[in-house]
Amino acid sequence: MRLRYLPRIVVCLAVVALTQSAAHAQDRPRAFVGAKIIPIEGDEIAAGTLVIEKGKITAVGPVADIKIPDNAEKVDVTGKVIMPGLVCTHSHIGGMRTGSGGADGSGPIQPGVRIMDAISVHDAGFKRAVAGGLTTLNIMPGSGHLISGQTIYVKLRLENPKPRKIDNFFITASDGIPLGGLKMANGTNSMHEPPFPGSRGKSAFLVREQYIKAREYHDKVTRAAGDPAKLPPRDLHLETLVEAMQGKRIVHHHTHRHDDIMTVLRLASEFQFKVVLHHISDGWKVADEIAAAKVPCSVIVIDSPGGKLEARDSKFETGGILEKHGVPVAFHTDDYITDSRVFRRSAALAARAGMSRAGALKALTLAGAEMLGLQDRVGSLKAGKDADFAILQGDPLSVYCQTQQTWVEGVKVFDRSIASDHLYAVGGFGAGTELIPYLCCYDNLTAGSDQ
Amino acid sequence: MIKGVGSQFASGFAIVAIVALACLPSAAQAQLAVRGKVVHTMAGPPITDGVVVIQDGKISAIGVASQIAVPQGFRTLEAAVVTPGLIDAHSTVGFSGILNQPHDQDQLEHSSPVQPELRAIDGYNAQEDLIEWVRSFGVTTIHTGHAPGELISGQTLIAKTTGRTAADAVIVEARAVAATLGTSAQKTGGKSPGTRGKSMAMLRAEFIKAREYKEKRDRAAAAGEKAEPTSRDLRMETLVRVLDGEQPLLVNVQRAQDIASALRLAKEFNFKLWLDGADEAYVLIDEIKAAGVPVIIHPTMTRAFGEHENLSMETAAKLVAAGVPVALQSGYEAYVPKTRVVLFEAGVAAANGLSFDQALRTITIDAAKILGVDARVGSLEVGKDGDIALYDGDPLEYTTHCTGTVINGRVVSETVR
Repeated sequence: MRLRYLPRIVVCLAVVALTQSAAHAQDRPRAFVGAKIIPIEGDEIAAGTLVIEKGKITAVGPVADIKIPDNAEKVDVTGKVIMPGLVCTHSHIGGMRTGSGGADGSGPIQPGVRIMDAISVHDAGFKRAVAGGLTTLNIMPGSGHLISGQTIYVKLRLENPKPRKIDNFFITASDGIPLGGLKMANGTNSMHEPPFPGSRGKSAFLVREQYIKAREYHDKVTRAAGDPAKLPPRDLHLETLVEAMQGKRIVHHHTHRHDDIMTVLRLASEFQFKVVLHHISDGWKVADEIAAAKVPCSVIVIDSPGGKLEARDSKFETGGILEKHGVPVAFHTDDYITDSRVFRRSAALAARAGMSRAGALKALTLAGAEMLGLQDRVGSLKAGKDADFAILQGDPLSVYCQTQQTWVEGVKVFDRSIASDHLYAVGGFGAGTELIPYLCCYDNLTAGSDQ
Repeated sequence: MIKGVGSQFASGFAIVAIVALACLPSAAQAQLAVRGKVVHTMAGPPITDGVVVIQDGKISAIGVASQIAVPQGFRTLEAAVVTPGLIDAHSTVGFSGILNQPHDQDQLEHSSPVQPELRAIDGYNAQEDLIEWVRSFGVTTIHTGHAPGELISGQTLIAKTTGRTAADAVIVEARAVAATLGTSAQKTGGKSPGTRGKSMAMLRAEFIKAREYKEKRDRAAAAGEKAEPTSRDLRMETLVRVLDGEQPLLVNVQRAQDIASALRLAKEFNFKLWLDGADEAYVLIDEIKAAGVPVIIHPTMTRAFGEHENLSMETAAKLVAAGVPVALQSGYEAYVPKTRVVLFEAGVAAANGLSFDQALRTITIDAAKILGVDARVGSLEVGKDGDIALYDGDPLEYTTHCTGTVINGRVVSETVR
C-alpha cells in the first residue's frame, strides 16, 4: 500500500525543487527586451528594455540606452507591450462572500471594523484580477454604512509562495503596519431603517457628530501626555477617525449625486481629512467645485446610466470632463460590479468619450497609486519602484488586447499560455465564485434575481 | 345631401393634402443613402466604398458606390464602417426601466410562478430612456419582454428601437414564452417551486394540461355547433401555441443540468426550444447540436457569480465552431448596468475566439434568423428594412464611435457615442 504513494511523493519533491529554483531565479536580474513600453511617467518607448532585480525595477528605457547586466536572464518580448500593473482603487474581491464583510447592521458608523479580517485569500476573484493585469487593489467594505470600516491595500502575490492568508497580500508601512484607508458613503446606499439615517441631513449630522467626538478624544489623549490615569479608554472607532484627520488614513468616499459630492467636500474641509471621491456619477455636474477643492476622483464606468436613481446621469464622459478641469482621475472596477478582467475597458470607454489616451492610461495605474498614497512604490515603470507589470499582446485600450502575463514584485503571477491560468482569464468550472456577493442594500440582487 | 357629402370628401382631401405637405420635409429625409468605406452587408463579403440606398423605408439598392446611382434629392450619410442595424436577441429594455424603481420595473410579475398569459405588448414602454441608449450604439431591433426569474414569466415581443407607442415599435407582438430553470425561479418558505425537481414537475403538469385543453378544443371544433360551449383559458391558449410551434419556449438556464432538463422537456412535448443564457452550454455542445436548438447566449461580460460561476467568455466561439446557431443578448440586469449593450458583448466575444465576422453575425443576421425576422432585418439586402448603424472605425473596438443609427430609412440617432 505504501508503495502506491511513492510516485506521488516523488512528484511532490520535484515540484518543491522546481519552486525553489524558481525562487532562486528571482535573485538573478531579468531583462525584458524589445517590447513597446508604456512607463506612464515619461513617453511611450517604441522598443524598450525593462530590467528587474529582487522584486524591483532597476532600469527602463530604449533598447539602445539600457545596459543589460551580464548575469541577467534575457526575455525577448519583441512585439509585446509592457505597462505597469493596474491599480484598482476600489475592489470588493474576497471580502463579500457572506454579509457585507465590513461593518454589520448594528449601526451606521463603525470605523473600527477592518475588512482585512473578512477576506478569503482563496477567492477565485484574485486569480481573475491578475488575469486582467491588476497587481494592486484597495479592498473595501461595502457602501451600506456612513462609515463601514477600514480598507486594506494589497498586492496580488499569488505565487512563490502561494498565499495562505490575506496577510501575505498586505502592503505595509516601514513599521510593519498594513496600509489601508477608511470607507465612507453617503446618499441612498447608507440610508435605511433606524439606527441608520433616513435622510441626507441626518447622514451628515451623524458623521459630523462622530468626527467631533473623535477630535475631543484626540484632545484628551494629547492632554494626557502618556499619563495612564488621564488617558481616556481606548476607542477603536474614534482612533480610526483620528487617523483620518491626521492624514494617516485616506478616506475613500462612495458618493454619486452632485449634492452628495458637495457634502463630502464640506465634511472633508471641516475635518481636514484627505479624501478620494468614488463613483461620482454626477461628478461632471460639479467639476468646477471638485477642481477647486483639489480632490481626486476615482470614477466607475458602467455600460448604461441608471440602475439606481443616483446613477441616472452617469456617463462615459465623466473622466474626460474632470481631466479637462485638472482633477486627478483614476478608474476602479468595484469588482464584482465590473469584472477586473476587463478593467482596461473602463479607461478605453472614457477615451472613447473624450479623455486623453495618456490620462486614461494613467487613470489605470499611477493616478490610482497616488489616491492610495502608494505612488512611490507602484503605478509606473521607473527604476526603484516595485517590479509590478503586465505584458500585453496589443494596445491596452483595444478590445482585442489580451493580458499575456502579470508580474508582481518580480514574480510571474499570471501566464495566459498556461491552461490553469487561462481558465481564470476566460472562465469555466472553478473560475467563478459560487456565492452571490452582497454589498449592502440591494434586495433585488439577492432575493430571487439571477444577478 | 349629396353636395354635403361631396364637400365632406373635399375637405377630407384637403386635410390629406395638408398632412402630406407637412410631412414632405421628413418624407424627403426618409429618402436616404448611406455610404461606407466598408459596408458589412452580412449577405456576402464586405463592400469597399459601398452605398446603401433606402427608399420609403426599404433598401432599394446596395453595392459599390461608383456603380449605384443615388437619386436626386436623397440625403447622404457617410461613415467609415456601415453595418445592418444591430439586433439584441434578448433584452428587457422597455420593461426594466433606467431608474430601477418599482414604478418602472415591469419585467417580472411575482404573483404566481406560471403566467404565460402575460403579454409583452401590454407592458412595453416605447419611450423608456434605455431604448434611446442602446439605439445610440446602433441597436435597431430588440427581442424583449418578460424576464427570467419565474418558472414561466410571460411572453416576449420584437420591436424596433423607435416609435412613441408599442404599436409604432413592435414588429412581432407575441414571439416567445419566457421560462426559467434554476435557482433564480425557485422560492423559499415552502412555496413552489422550491427545487429543480418540482420546477420540472410543474412545467410538465402545465404542458399536459395544455395538451388536454387542445384536444378538448379540437374535439369541440370538430363537433361544430353541437359542441358544448367551452370557456377560454388564456394561459392554456398560450401554452397550446407553444405546443403548436407558433411560439417557442425561451428557457433561461445557467447550469448544465438545467440545460439537460430543458432539452428533455422539449423532447417530451415536442415544442420549439430556444436556450437562453446557457452558461454551461460548452459541456453539452453535442446534445444541443443534436436537438437542433439555437442558443441566445448570456452577455459575454456576465459576472461569474452564483449560478453564473462557471460561465466562459469562449462559449460563443465554441458553439459557433460546432455549428450551433448563436445570438448574443444584453440579458436582464437587476442593478447596474441596468442594461448591457450587445455591441460591447460582441466585442468581448470577438476577443475570446469569435472572428470579427462571426461576432457581428451574432448581433445581426444570425440573431434575425433565430428570432424569425430575417426577412425584414439583420442584413443589408434589397427589399429589407432600411435599418443601418454607422461607425467611425471597427464597430467592436472599445474606442470606436457609433455616429448614427437609421431605422426604416429615418435617421433616429446622430449622437456620436
